[in-house]
Amino acid sequence: MENFQIIVGGAAGEGSKKAGLIIAKMFNSYGYRVFIHEDYHSLVRGGHNFSQISVSSDIGIEAKKDRIDFLLALNEDTVMKHKDKLGVGSVLMYDVSITNTEVLQKDGIETIPVPIDEIINESEGSSLMKNTALVSSFSKMMGMEFEKIKPILEKEFNRETEKNIKVSETAFNKTEKRRETIETGKDPLPLLSGNKAVAMGALKAGLECCISYPMTPATGVFSFLTTVEGIRTCQPENEISVVSMALGTAYAGRRTIVSTSGGGFALMTESLSFSAQSEIPLLIVLSQRMGPATGVPTYVGQGDLLFALNSGHGDMERFVVAPGDVDEAYYWGGKALNIAWRYQMPSILLLDKELSENTYGLEGRYQIEKEDIVEGLNDTGYKRYEGNDISPIAFPGGEAVVKATGYEHTKDGISTETPQEVKEMVEKRIRKGERLREELEVLEAVKVYKEGPVAIVFWGSTKGALLEATKDMNVRLVQPLVMQPFPEKRMKEALEGAEKVICVEMNSGGQLAQVMRMNGIEVDDKVLKYDARPFTVEGLRSILEEKINI
Amino acid sequence: MDNLILPTKNTWCPGCGNFGIQNALKEAVSEMDPGKTVLISGIGCHGKISDYMNLNSVYALHGRSIPVGTGIKIGNRELNVVCMVGDGDTYDEGVSHFVHAAKRNSDITVIVNDNRVFALTVNQPTSTSPRGYVSTTSPKGTTEDPLNPLDTALSLGATFVARGYAGKQEHLKRLILEGMRHRGFSFIEVLQPCVVWFNTFPEYNERCYEMEEEYLPIEKAREKAREWDYANDNQIPLGIFYKEEKPTNEEQLGDIHQVDVLAMMEESK
Ligand SMILES: Cc1ncc(C[n+]2csc(CCOP(=O)(O)OP(=O)(O)O)c2C)c(N)n1
Ligand code: SF4
Ligand SMILES: [Mg+2]
Repeated sequence: MENFQIIVGGAAGEGSKKAGLIIAKMFNSYGYRVFIHEDYHSLVRGGHNFSQISVSSDIGIEAKKDRIDFLLALNEDTVMKHKDKLGVGSVLMYDVSITNTEVLQKDGIETIPVPIDEIINESEGSSLMKNTALVSSFSKMMGMEFEKIKPILEKEFNRETEKNIKVSETAFNKTEKRRETIETGKDPLPLLSGNKAVAMGALKAGLECCISYPMTPATGVFSFLTTVEGIRTCQPENEISVVSMALGTAYAGRRTIVSTSGGGFALMTESLSFSAQSEIPLLIVLSQRMGPATGVPTYVGQGDLLFALNSGHGDMERFVVAPGDVDEAYYWGGKALNIAWRYQMPSILLLDKELSENTYGLEGRYQIEKEDIVEGLNDTGYKRYEGNDISPIAFPGGEAVVKATGYEHTKDGISTETPQEVKEMVEKRIRKGERLREELEVLEAVKVYKEGPVAIVFWGSTKGALLEATKDMNVRLVQPLVMQPFPEKRMKEALEGAEKVICVEMNSGGQLAQVMRMNGIEVDDKVLKYDARPFTVEGLRSILEEKINI
Repeated sequence: MDNLILPTKNTWCPGCGNFGIQNALKEAVSEMDPGKTVLISGIGCHGKISDYMNLNSVYALHGRSIPVGTGIKIGNRELNVVCMVGDGDTYDEGVSHFVHAAKRNSDITVIVNDNRVFALTVNQPTSTSPRGYVSTTSPKGTTEDPLNPLDTALSLGATFVARGYAGKQEHLKRLILEGMRHRGFSFIEVLQPCVVWFNTFPEYNERCYEMEEEYLPIEKAREKAREWDYANDNQIPLGIFYKEEKPTNEEQLGDIHQVDVLAMMEESK
């Protein structure tokens, strides 16, 4: 199997992200499996942004490596920042106007200057098209066909399309072909970010409204949904309003999604508790970034697991799930919405910066549909909180009087402080949690990959790096997806016979390890990364080799 | 929904201004379509209205009724959304929601039972308490001037601004009806004496007067709103201060229909 890693970088505003996407789409069209890791700072112009594309001829590698095979530089900064990742056989393609050539003379590196300005001038293009010139030269160098890039450019540039195509054509003519790229025979896949995948899964499960306030790295869920015809969206004044509005749309019968990151989620917690008490369905997508507080806003962390599990005041039942790639994000985006609605409780879908914003090929491993909910007869005898566990739900506008309340209440939805009635309602909600726990049996709550005496437990986006890093290791990989209700039994089965259990997480406290211990599962060792960067394949492999051999 | 009042035990203090407001609301809603009405209330004495009315209701968190109401309207434009909220609720805890619902011109009706005190928590000052108000948390009297809710609402672009008085039920009922019929954000500030902590019945009875029914231009409306600033001893005008038609938030939203996800995926290749 062939895999190579490409970095395309430039200043913010130079379009390196777009360039990365075009490269990924090119290889995708040849049937390669692609993955894009996005790296950018919290600024709008200048700085250094890059996309790292992992291209595989067979099974996709959804992680970045330390070694780079192709470095495509729109500016000098890109060369300086990544030159040490190049090795013998690597290729550097760079804008010829980059003058600091000393670094370009490294032994064993193939350097290819690209006359970007010349290409643009000859095509009467603009300086905004430098990215088009560079990716086009790269495609030609790799032996791709111009006819393959054309439809991609047409899709990606809805302004100045013709000019971009002209620039691309000129770049193709001016570049020498040095490699061969041939069709792998596999079909291209939909390329989605985790954010988009979650939104699509939710749409498939009947999503009707999205209420959100922008916050990296969750904004992509919201901004994507604002482009979708057929759903209603709103951006209110703050996250307290967001979650309150979402409870309103849901009370009116609309399946609703909210997306946010840690800080915004913190503001939502009072209403999370309201959702539990009033039994109004609520789906919150919580995409983690490196905290605490503002933290490192455009970089990754997995520090909100315990917060998601414990947020909201009072005893409450909830569903929490943490997918690890886009297929899982798509499936659980829909499933978490279905669960919120079927159980009438808050449902939290945990992502992190990497899964939210990186681009993956959706393999289509899962199907998701809108699931039926228990609806009540919309007539005058209706009681909102009737029954032993899940009460039939009704929506206002019909015959029924539909009451929802944050106070403890009777079956009619009227406040009560009577001990017996309080206790009964608490137990009614607990029974919903028990039914959800029963459903865990039929859900893919824990996944196990490979076999071996050492079990490595991970969650979320570290999946890609772990699968690749342990490729040749005799280890078992265990991924809990559902975090609440915690699939304790399934975890114990998955870890049966393991001589050693190691948790791999992107936080400093070992939060999953803590959750496991709370559930009576011993963790022997932890690999924790908290420098706001994801694991690289090589980096993770060397840590694990050390841990396992001792 | 023939009987709009539920048999729930009412725990408002005898003589409380909330009774008059409840009556006015009941009369107004019965002239609309009660089945299509949703009442959202906050937390405080006023909030108990949700337990007392045989209406669709959300008994929301302290300060959060307005965004819940906005969400309900976004979800279903056929519903009449009425938020019955407190002054602490709206001008303190949830003031950002009040500001933005007015700016957004959400098609909801917000009725503030303004007793100028946190009543349920047994007497603390709110944004509309007069300077010097002595309470459990301001034993030496408050040190802030009150907020003028009407002037504030007018400055925010609210498209229907009125003031009623719990002691003038028939007049209040007309204001609520007009507010509910108004397309856009309707704000009705209601002077509600709290007979236990801040009994304003005597001064309101003496100083409140009904304005002529004329719709004022915005600058005149603001001037009128400042006639009584919640502190001075001036006469207190009641009635509709301002009314204007503007596109509502919800009518500008598209229709909800099924989405072809598989086609979207095809697009993302
Ligand atoms: C977040 C939150 N903070 C504080 C409270 C406590 N609390 C309950 S009612 C209330 C005051 C209500 O005042 P107002 O809205 O004016 O209603 P009133 O009782 O005067 O009708 C407060 C502070 C609460 N329930 N929630
Ligand atoms: S405390 Fe005041 S506002 Fe509350 S019920 Fe009694 S009189 Fe009414
Ligand atoms: Mg009050």
